[in-house]
Amino acid sequence: MIETTNAIRFLLNGEEIILTDVAPDLTLLDWLRLERRLRGSKEGCAEGDCGACTVLVGRMMDDEIIYDSVTACIRFVGSLHGTHVVTVEHLRGENGNLHPVQQAMVDHHGSQCGFCTPGFVMSLYGLWMRNPDPSRSAIEKALQGNLCRCTGYAPIIRAAQAISSHGQPQGDPLWAERIAVKEKIKALHDGRRVEIGAGDKRIIIPASLDDFAAVYEANPEARIVAGSTDVGLWVTKFMRNIGPVIFIGHLQELKRIAENASEVRFYAGVSYSEATSVIEANFPQLGELWDRIAGEQIRNMGTIGGNIANGSPIGDTPPPFIALGAKLHLRRGEHRREIKLEDYFIAYGKQDRQPGEFVESVTLPLLPAGETFAAYKISKRREEDISALCGAFRVFINHAGTVGMARIAFGGMAATPKRAKAVEAALLGKPWTMETIEAAIPAFAEDFQPISDMRASAQYRLLAAQNLLKRFFLESQGEGARLKRAVA
Amino acid sequence: MNKQTDISLATLHAPTRHDSGPKHVTGTAEYIDDMVEPVGTMHAYLGLSTKPHAEIISIDLDAVRAAPGVIGVLTAEDIPGENDVSPSHKHDEPIFAEGRVQFWGQPMFAVIAETRDAARRAAHLVKVEYHDLPHIPDVRAAQAAGGKLVTEPLKLERGDVETGLAAAPRRAKGAITIGGQDHFYLEGQIAFAVPGEDEDVTVYSSTQHPSEVQLMVAQVLAIRHNAVTVTVRRMGGGFGGKETQGNLFAAVAALAAKKWNRACKIRPDRDDDMSATGKRHDFVVDYDVGYDDTGKILAVDAVYGTRGGFSSDLTGPVSDRALFHCDNAYWYPAVRARSEPLYTNTVSNTAFRGFGGPQGMIAAERWVEDIAYALGKDPLDIRKANFYGTDTDNVTPYHQTVEDNIVHRVVEELEASSDYQARRQAVLDFNRSNNVLKKGIALTPVKFGISFTATWYNQAGALVHVYKDGSIHLSHGGTEMGQGLYIKVAQVVADAFGVNLDSIKIMATSTGKVPNTSATAASSGSDLNGMAAYNACAQIKARLTVHAAQLYQCDEAAVEWVEGGIKAGDTFVTFAELAASAYLNRVQLSAAGFYKTPKIHWDRATGRGHPFYYFAYGASVSEVTVDTLTGEYVVDRVDILHDVGKSLNPAVDIGQIEGGFIQGMGWLTTEELVWDDKGQLRTHAPSTYKIPLASDVPPIFNVQLAEWSENREPTIGRSKAVGEPPFMLAMSVVEALGMAVASVGDYKLAPQLDTPVTPERVLMGVERMKRARGS
Repeated sequence: MIETTNAIRFLLNGEEIILTDVAPDLTLLDWLRLERRLRGSKEGCAEGDCGACTVLVGRMMDDEIIYDSVTACIRFVGSLHGTHVVTVEHLRGENGNLHPVQQAMVDHHGSQCGFCTPGFVMSLYGLWMRNPDPSRSAIEKALQGNLCRCTGYAPIIRAAQAISSHGQPQGDPLWAERIAVKEKIKALHDGRRVEIGAGDKRIIIPASLDDFAAVYEANPEARIVAGSTDVGLWVTKFMRNIGPVIFIGHLQELKRIAENASEVRFYAGVSYSEATSVIEANFPQLGELWDRIAGEQIRNMGTIGGNIANGSPIGDTPPPFIALGAKLHLRRGEHRREIKLEDYFIAYGKQDRQPGEFVESVTLPLLPAGETFAAYKISKRREEDISALCGAFRVFINHAGTVGMARIAFGGMAATPKRAKAVEAALLGKPWTMETIEAAIPAFAEDFQPISDMRASAQYRLLAAQNLLKRFFLESQGEGARLKRAVA
Repeated sequence: MNKQTDISLATLHAPTRHDSGPKHVTGTAEYIDDMVEPVGTMHAYLGLSTKPHAEIISIDLDAVRAAPGVIGVLTAEDIPGENDVSPSHKHDEPIFAEGRVQFWGQPMFAVIAETRDAARRAAHLVKVEYHDLPHIPDVRAAQAAGGKLVTEPLKLERGDVETGLAAAPRRAKGAITIGGQDHFYLEGQIAFAVPGEDEDVTVYSSTQHPSEVQLMVAQVLAIRHNAVTVTVRRMGGGFGGKETQGNLFAAVAALAAKKWNRACKIRPDRDDDMSATGKRHDFVVDYDVGYDDTGKILAVDAVYGTRGGFSSDLTGPVSDRALFHCDNAYWYPAVRARSEPLYTNTVSNTAFRGFGGPQGMIAAERWVEDIAYALGKDPLDIRKANFYGTDTDNVTPYHQTVEDNIVHRVVEELEASSDYQARRQAVLDFNRSNNVLKKGIALTPVKFGISFTATWYNQAGALVHVYKDGSIHLSHGGTEMGQGLYIKVAQVVADAFGVNLDSIKIMATSTGKVPNTSATAASSGSDLNGMAAYNACAQIKARLTVHAAQLYQCDEAAVEWVEGGIKAGDTFVTFAELAASAYLNRVQLSAAGFYKTPKIHWDRATGRGHPFYYFAYGASVSEVTVDTLTGEYVVDRVDILHDVGKSLNPAVDIGQIEGGFIQGMGWLTTEELVWDDKGQLRTHAPSTYKIPLASDVPPIFNVQLAEWSENREPTIGRSKAVGEPPFMLAMSVVEALGMAVASVGDYKLAPQLDTPVTPERVLMGVERMKRARGS
């Protein structure tokens, strides 16, 4: 029997916080603003899309403390156990002056109305700590999750490029605190399960992966919350009751990535950000798509397992994962089973997951030599947008120049992420030529009858999907068919 | 060349940092939601309709009232005064709908509770029985349904349009649909009311127009204006969205505060803010333009249909300004422009940076483009052929003569500095050798009229106190929404007295300090308030000069204002010493300043007058790359040359230009408002409504001020207004996208892209080109 405790403990700036009475749906932003009266972090949208509430959350990973920028508006306080929360109020320069990030923003006129500014400061602070001399594209990437309506961003980018001329991370007071903070945080991880509240106000923070499996099997009605990038909105937008909740974002065992010669296995709690380097190394064709999933804060929070488990028809990982032949590993208690990822999605809102069962990991086979693979996302705004459609294409062209294998999957085209089996069939065995592609185009209408909504019309979705097959073919022939933004 | 300011500490015209910059970056700049709430503060939340047009059969609020934490509910019956916040005073904008709802998201009641969360949850427990009525969603539907208007239309006419059109060798006829835009101020609407004794109430409102909020609160509570004090320290963005849209929230907060004698705050969720408050007007412009074989425009006949929404709000003046800018920078020998401000069952549209001007201008650029493609010419050649002249061909459709035209020089310089001609050739070459990716480039001009067309709005007041220690209190009627007005006016005062900026305390804008103010809008903030503050300083300086002459026994003419103080004869006296001695000698050290814009007049009935004091000019070049398989695109490079006269603060002005351009680019590219067939706005949050990101900023973005420009009129420091005009520089992005699309049809067909030019619209444009090429 595992030991339990009834307190969530974490550090807020310089102070140790112990909370024994926390609602599962209490957001970090509301707690900061309403209970702690720390009002530097702003609410701009309450859905993780504008970044005005950006704070840093430090957490232990392999004996190091990692600070992630996150959106406090959809981060639950219950998920903060054993972390260090850093808000804009904690930033300070030497001698109490402005912090280098703040000084650069002031000097370069990076604020106008100022409402988004604390969020920008925190995102830039997170960037500067890990990369004091960032390229413009690194700056843009770090700011994908921060909206500014006044400045047109140009002065903010100039400020970001100038921060290191105001100071280096090694001189930063927070940097100096790190060792002490690390010891404090490590002490908070005492191997006990946290349980607070009862009924639908209950919070469970399992002590380990096995503890999670046992707790969830015993409480199959509980809501699993990892990154809360989806469930957060159930609270802030739909005012849904989400309890009881099992928070799993802290489980390091669920953050493992196992690589071998033929496949990569991502455990469900790996965030998009944590997966980035492994994705880029093993699936370089996914690099562009990966950077276009949400904004930095959401990539720091959202997990691969969550993106699959929630069954959204517009999640960005299922189409390429299905095309790659991903296997999904589900677990209930000590019972594990493996299914093809594409079989997990049964219908809109319905997945092949039993009560008490959870997504433990997903395995991506490496692309066999000689195969061609690409994934494309189309959205109204190029970055930090939800896909109008997302298509992934994988073919093997045999020596005769004909299509030996084709796996094509789309998101945004049906009620679930779905393979384009009619299109695949129309390609199979045919010569890999534009004529074959043209001949396969009508098959899209057999596979997909997309809907019209605020992101795109049905007509556009179908036409763009068809054209993505053309792009895939042209790129396989070495033709430049993809936009590039010319930034360093 | 600055006649008004007789000394300079280099504070005027200097790139001074925003006064609140250090507070912004540390999170200590206080917005209304950050203020310390008095004990017992209540929170209000609105209950919104879920039908676009319906009779309300019944509203059952029992569950709402019984919900945990609820103090009470406000409906129309609880309003002691008028249930109306119409800024046009047409009494067509109820706070709470009575009898029927006219758009999806219309407020029907407010819940008052101990916490915001409790109020919000309770508001959703209402049960409403509706009887659906037919709903009119947009301009074309409104026209088809008979064209009911929300306010009186305007007609501008000059020359003989019928003859001009009939005689024209060529015609461009068509329609352009121009989308609306949500303001997406990062700080949403918010108001906080604190009750006082008697009828008094103090309202902290995120508003661009404190005096109007004061009026509305008084009207709703049935009290005099003098019982209401409205205070605005800063807004977290406005852009026009807080010119009138804050009225309702302030009224609800004040209503609750007085009813329960407790402070009350109201802040809608972003989704409700976007559903329940007005946006930029979308337009459909039907046009018929006659021109000759050289591309010279001979006559223009155009009708500007606009989605007004359910009430008049500012639709009248907005659609008027669209007509005032139907010419952009072009002279029409004959012109007739008519507005059609239409009633629709959508949220009432409102002010937004440019105030209809951008919509009028982009229609003008549409027919320029039509002409260019029909003649096989570079659209820039057509533009140049039709620019206003300097001495002739210089009368606008509203019969004002353009006296300060610098568009030729601005465009010439930008054409050269951006290397436009060589780059256009490179674009043409690129398009010949690429099948999937296509490029486009375009240069578009801007001419924008400065002044409120409501002539009485062109006045301002300021209040300047000098204390005995030489420190200064500065108040004026303008509000700060990030645009740098506060620092600009402080620069004026510092320059006038020859003191450092740190001697000046910039006070929150308050109706108790300066009465009867105009909205901070129409780009007029520093023109009006800068002059009013200057006037106050001049009064104090005059008294101090007399005082110094007496004290130091010299001629008034020998008193010289210098850096840090005065020289009276041979004696130098610091400003603080002068203030101290003036006090002891009973010299008044406070003054109320006033300014009204000269020269302007306007007769709407005849469509004639001189509505604008002057014009601001600018031009931009945009280069884009388009993917013709998906319609996706990137903006590769933008060059801008913009006229702000003699800049009061180049850092602030560059910021307005960069920010305005990107905001304009968002309007014209990715910001799409989508309503479903039930009348609900589906793009009501940043997850679905996409404003530009840092990664949408062009990799090359060159912004220059026309440093040689000085306002020909004696404005403050010879500067020009800067808030709105740069917004329209983004038109070149649309034209560049159009060129890339047109390349698919070998430039034979005008691209005719409606806005916003989403990837979907680009792809459909490409398909149109392909069909035309195939036929």
